[in-house]
Amino acid sequence: MAPRVIIRIQANAFDAAKETDALSSHHDDVGAISTFIGYCRSEGGRLAALELEHYPGMADDEIKRVVDQALQRWPLSAVSVIHRFGVMKPGDGIVFVGTASSHRAEAFAACEFLMDYLKTQAPFWKKEHRADGTVGDWVEAKAEDDAAAARWKINV
Amino acid sequence: MTELKLVYFAWVRERVGVADEQVDVPSAVVTVEDLARWLSSRDEGYASAFENPKLVRAAIDHVHAKPHDPITGAREIAFFPPMTGG
Repeated sequence: MAPRVIIRIQANAFDAAKETDALSSHHDDVGAISTFIGYCRSEGGRLAALELEHYPGMADDEIKRVVDQALQRWPLSAVSVIHRFGVMKPGDGIVFVGTASSHRAEAFAACEFLMDYLKTQAPFWKKEHRADGTVGDWVEAKAEDDAAAARWKINV
Repeated sequence: MTELKLVYFAWVRERVGVADEQVDVPSAVVTVEDLARWLSSRDEGYASAFENPKLVRAAIDHVHAKPHDPITGAREIAFFPPMTGG
């Protein structure tokens, strides 16, 4: 059975419970689902919002390339990646990644791999909106994100 | 001369001053790096966007590109800062 792949770039909020159910609903041999949700945080009250800009077209293509790598590397029956753009408030979900497999090791590893690669490869950028009403800076990329992606030792 | 669509994102877009544009690129401009250098010479906004070339990434037709990659045959080239999604 071909893996079920869901990739969505959207402004709207996602329903994590519904997205998690969708990872196993088509398949009767899923033994493990791993999910990751990335949230907007206030940085101790400093931020009112994060604004996510993306490169339409390339964002879909690049996420598809990263998902293809995960499917080559692990026996997954389903993968979902949902990434939002626009203005997020603290507590809002920004990204949902879910993987389904027969066993937990593959589901965990693929989920972590997908997040590490999305962080450094998917064309999204965050701009801060400060709690005092001013527009803040663009968030800077972190060296540890590059290091996290590099440990998987592949080029996407 | 080659006609190209250029697109910019995040602070690169803000410094350049436009989100996208069509440009006629001189034939001496062969690589991504050449293109960045040629753009820098156009005005202060571009110069400021490309002042630290290590902080600017590029994509050719939606695929990540390196400074030495040739732009021959490209339809759309994007310049942007390191990505901060997820």
